[in-house]
Amino acid sequence: MNPYITNTPQEVEQMLKDIGVGTIDGLFADIKPEHKPQSFDLPKGLSEYEVVRRVTALSLKNNVHVVPFIGGGYYDHYIPSAVPALTSRGEFYTAYTPYQPECAQGTLQALFEYQSSMSALTGMEVSNASLYDGGTALYEAMMMAIRITGRHKVVMDGGVSPIYRKILKTYTHHLSYQFEETPVVHGQSSRPEMERLLDKDTAAVILQNPNFFGAIDDFTDIIQKAHEVGALAIVSVYPISLGLLKTPADMGADIVTGEGQSLGLPLNFGGPYLGFMCARKKYIRKMPGRIVGETVDSKGRRCFVNTLQAREQHIRREKATSNICTNVSLCALQAAVFMALVGKNGLKEMAQLNLDKAEYAKHMLSKIKGVEVKRSSPTFNEFTVHLPKDASQVVGAMMQKGFAAGFPLGRYYPGMERYLLVAVTEKRTREEIDRYVKTLEEILA
Amino acid sequence: MELIFEKSTEGRKGFAFGASDVPVRAQVPAPYARKEDAPLPQVSELDVVRHYTRLSQKNFSIDTHFYPLGSCTMKYNPKFTESLSRLSGFTDLHPLLAQLSGGERWTQGALEVLYELEQWMCAMTGFKHFTMQPLAGAHGELTGIMLMAAYHKHKNNARKKYVIIPDSAHGTNPASAAIAGYETISIPSNKEGGMDLEALKAAVNEETAGLMMTVPSTYGVFEPNITEIAKIIHGVDGIMYYDGANLNAVLGRCRPGDLGFDVMHINTHKTFTTPHGGGGPGAGPVGVNEKLAKFLPISRVIKRGDGTFALDYNYTDTIGYIASFYGNFGLLVRAYAYILMLGKEGLLETANHAVLNANYIMKKLAPYYKLCFDRICMHESVFSASKQAERGVHAIDIAKFLIDEQIHPPTVYFPISVPEAIMIEPTETESKQTMDYYIGKMVEADKLSQENPAAFKEFPKTMPISRPDEVKAARDVKTSYFLVTSSDAS
Repeated sequence: MNPYITNTPQEVEQMLKDIGVGTIDGLFADIKPEHKPQSFDLPKGLSEYEVVRRVTALSLKNNVHVVPFIGGGYYDHYIPSAVPALTSRGEFYTAYTPYQPECAQGTLQALFEYQSSMSALTGMEVSNASLYDGGTALYEAMMMAIRITGRHKVVMDGGVSPIYRKILKTYTHHLSYQFEETPVVHGQSSRPEMERLLDKDTAAVILQNPNFFGAIDDFTDIIQKAHEVGALAIVSVYPISLGLLKTPADMGADIVTGEGQSLGLPLNFGGPYLGFMCARKKYIRKMPGRIVGETVDSKGRRCFVNTLQAREQHIRREKATSNICTNVSLCALQAAVFMALVGKNGLKEMAQLNLDKAEYAKHMLSKIKGVEVKRSSPTFNEFTVHLPKDASQVVGAMMQKGFAAGFPLGRYYPGMERYLLVAVTEKRTREEIDRYVKTLEEILA
Repeated sequence: MELIFEKSTEGRKGFAFGASDVPVRAQVPAPYARKEDAPLPQVSELDVVRHYTRLSQKNFSIDTHFYPLGSCTMKYNPKFTESLSRLSGFTDLHPLLAQLSGGERWTQGALEVLYELEQWMCAMTGFKHFTMQPLAGAHGELTGIMLMAAYHKHKNNARKKYVIIPDSAHGTNPASAAIAGYETISIPSNKEGGMDLEALKAAVNEETAGLMMTVPSTYGVFEPNITEIAKIIHGVDGIMYYDGANLNAVLGRCRPGDLGFDVMHINTHKTFTTPHGGGGPGAGPVGVNEKLAKFLPISRVIKRGDGTFALDYNYTDTIGYIASFYGNFGLLVRAYAYILMLGKEGLLETANHAVLNANYIMKKLAPYYKLCFDRICMHESVFSASKQAERGVHAIDIAKFLIDEQIHPPTVYFPISVPEAIMIEPTETESKQTMDYYIGKMVEADKLSQENPAAFKEFPKTMPISRPDEVKAARDVKTSYFLVTSSDAS
C-alpha cells in the first residue's frame, strides 16, 4: 500500500481512458520483456505506526547519553529551539532550489542573510550560499585556487584535519597536482618548511585555525610569504571560535572555508552538515556553488536572485567551476537563524564559555599523575593531552563508564598513540568535567 | 521586506547563555584575538521568529502549492519520515563515536539503518553493493566517475580519455566527468527521443572510458535499445553509468543492474522523497556491480556473523575518502522509513502512478502545446512553447502566468536541446483534481497568448515582487549586506 497516492480506482480508470490505454501496464510497453527485473525482493509494506515503532527502536539502540568530549571538527553545541522550529516550516524545507525568484523570495532573502552573516563572521567580502560540508568545501577552495593561479602545486599544513586531507587526496589522485605536506612542530605550522616549499609553482597554501590538535595560530606571516610568490592562502576555520579569534580576513586570507555544523546543526551521525566558503570579492566569478545577489524588480523594489549563474553546471556544463547542483540551502538557513538568534554579543559569550570550560578541563586534567596537557600553543575549546597509556585503550575503558573521552590521535598520526584530543563545549557542566577527570584518574591509576 | 540586519538594535539579545559554572575566566593572547566583534544582528527571539516566518510565507513549496517541476520530482514529503529523522537517538549521535574503541556498540542502530538501506537499494536496482556516502546526486556522479577511473587504471587501460553523454543529460554529467579528468563527447538524440545508435557507434573507440545515461531520459523516454548500447560500450571495456535521477519512473519495472549498467547513483529526494530543502541537503548513494566493488570509498558498513554491525576500512583498492563520514545520515533515515512503509508493492505503485499522471497531463495538453515526442512518456513530458513563442509569448512568460495562478511553474528551457522547453512532472502524489486545475490554467495561457500576448509581460502581478533585474544583479554583485557596490555609492 502506498498511502500517498491519491487517485481513486474510478479516477485511474477515467485517466487511462483519456490517455487511450487499457491498463497501467500499457504505459510501460517500451520496457520489453527482456528488461524485466530478475527479482525485486523487498519487504512487505508496513503501516505508519509500525514503521515509527521500528525506527524509534533503532534510534534507541544508539546511546546518545555517553557524555561527549569528542570534537575533531564536529561539536556538541546547544541548538536554540527556535532554529528547528523555523527551519522545519514546510514552506522552507519542501521548496526546491529557487529557480523562480518571484515565488522564492523567502529562501533567497534568507540565503542572502546567511551570506552576510558569514561575511560578518569571517571578515571576508563575499560568501557563496553553501557547499556540502567542510571537507568538500576545502577541496572546492583548492580547485578554485588552481583555477585562479593556473598553477598545480598545493602546500598543505599537517595541522589541517586528516579527514579533509584524505578527501583532497581522493579527489586529486588521478589528476596531475603536486601535493606537499608540512609537519606540525609543537602543535603549530612549521614556518621554515612552509617557506622552503612555497615557490612560483604554488597555487595555494592550505591552513586551519584552530588546527586539528586544537592549537590556535596567527597565519599572517605565512600568508604574506605565500602572496610574495603569487600563491593564494586558504584557511579553514571553526565558526564558533571566531567569536574570540582573529579573523582569517585580518590574517590576509584569500579563500576561507569550514564546517558550519557548529552553527545550529545537529551532529546527525555525520550529516547533513554545512560547507561554507568565503573569499575576496575579486575572486567571486571563480567561486563554485550558488550565490544570491541583491537587485531590484521591474517596479524598483529590492529583491534577491541566484546570480553569476554563468559559472554553474546547468549553463556551462563541462566548463563549469564545479559540478555542484544541489548545495545545502536548508542547513545554511539553520545557520542564518542561529547566527541571528545568538547575535553579535551571544557569539562572543558562547565562544568565551567554550574557552573557559576547556581551560578548566585542562587545569583539572593536568593534576592527574602521568597526564600531560600540551601547552606549547594556546587553544580554544579543544586540546591535546599525552597519556601514560595507549589512548585508544583508555577511550575504550572510559566508554564503559559513560564517557566519549576524546579522539585518539594515533588513528591518523602514527607515533601519536598516547595522545588524546579532548573537546569541551559550553554544554559540558563543571560536574561532568569533574566526573570525567575523576573517572580518567581512576582508570589510569 | 527589511533584512534581519536592518532590524538590529545595539544591545538586544535573542538568546541567553547561562552564567559560567567553572571558576576560570580565560583570555585569548592578543596576537590571536579578534579585534572587532562580528557585526551579526542584535535582535530578540520574537524578532527572529516573525522575520523567518514571514520570509517562509514568500515561498512556494510542496506543502503549499502544486510543484510540477520536471526532472526534479517534487512529490509530497511525508511528515512521519520528518519526525523520525529528528529522533534524538539519531540527531545527537557524534559521527566519530563509531570510530572509537567501544563506540561501535553505541551506534548499532545507526549502522543498521545504513546496512539495511544498502541491502534494499541493491534489491531495487540489481547491484551488488552501495555506498551511502555521496552527499548529493552530483556528488554521486563524481564518485561514480572516480570508480570508473579507478577501474581503468587498475586494468592499465591507459588510453581511456572520453566519456560519452547524450545531449539530453543534466549539466552535472559533463561537469562531473570533467572534474574526474575526462573529456566528454555529446551524442544527439533521434526523432523518438532515444539515442542515435549510428552516432554512438561512430563515437565509440578504444579511448572511450564509459557512457553516462539517464534512464528514462530527461525527455521522459525509456531507451528501447539499451541492451544494444551496453554491448557497444562493453565491447571497448567501457563502463556503463546510470544516472538515477529518474529511477522513480521504473521502480519494480526494470533494474539498472539487469540492463547492463555497471554503476549508478540515486537521488534520494526524487525517488525516496527526502525533502529538497530549498536547494539541499541531498543524498546520492552509489551502487556498483562486482566489477567496481573493490574500488568503493571507505568506510563500508558490514554485518558480522553475530548480527552486529561495524565500520570496515580494510579495502586495498579503494578510491579512499569521498566524504567526511557515512553520508547525509539525516536524509538516509527518511529514505529508510519511506521504503520501510511502502514496501515492495507500494514502491511499484509509486512508479505506476507517476507515469499515469505524467501521461494524463501530456495527453490533455497535446492539443495546445507542441509535444516533443508523440509517444507514451514515463514520469515526465516535454513540450515546446514554440507555437506560443511565435505569438510573442515565451516559456518563461507562461511560467510567470502560472505563478499568479498559485502554481509553481514546470521546468523551462531544459532540456537545453529543446527550444522553449516546458518539462512537466506531476509525480504520483498529486490528484486528478489538482492536475485538472493545472491543465485548465495551461489551456488558459495558450488562449491568452492568442488574444492578448502583451499581457504576459506583466506577470506575475500578485507576488511580493515582480520580475527581477537579473542583469543588474550580475553587474553590481551585491551579495552581502556589508558589501558596498558602485551603485550604492552613486
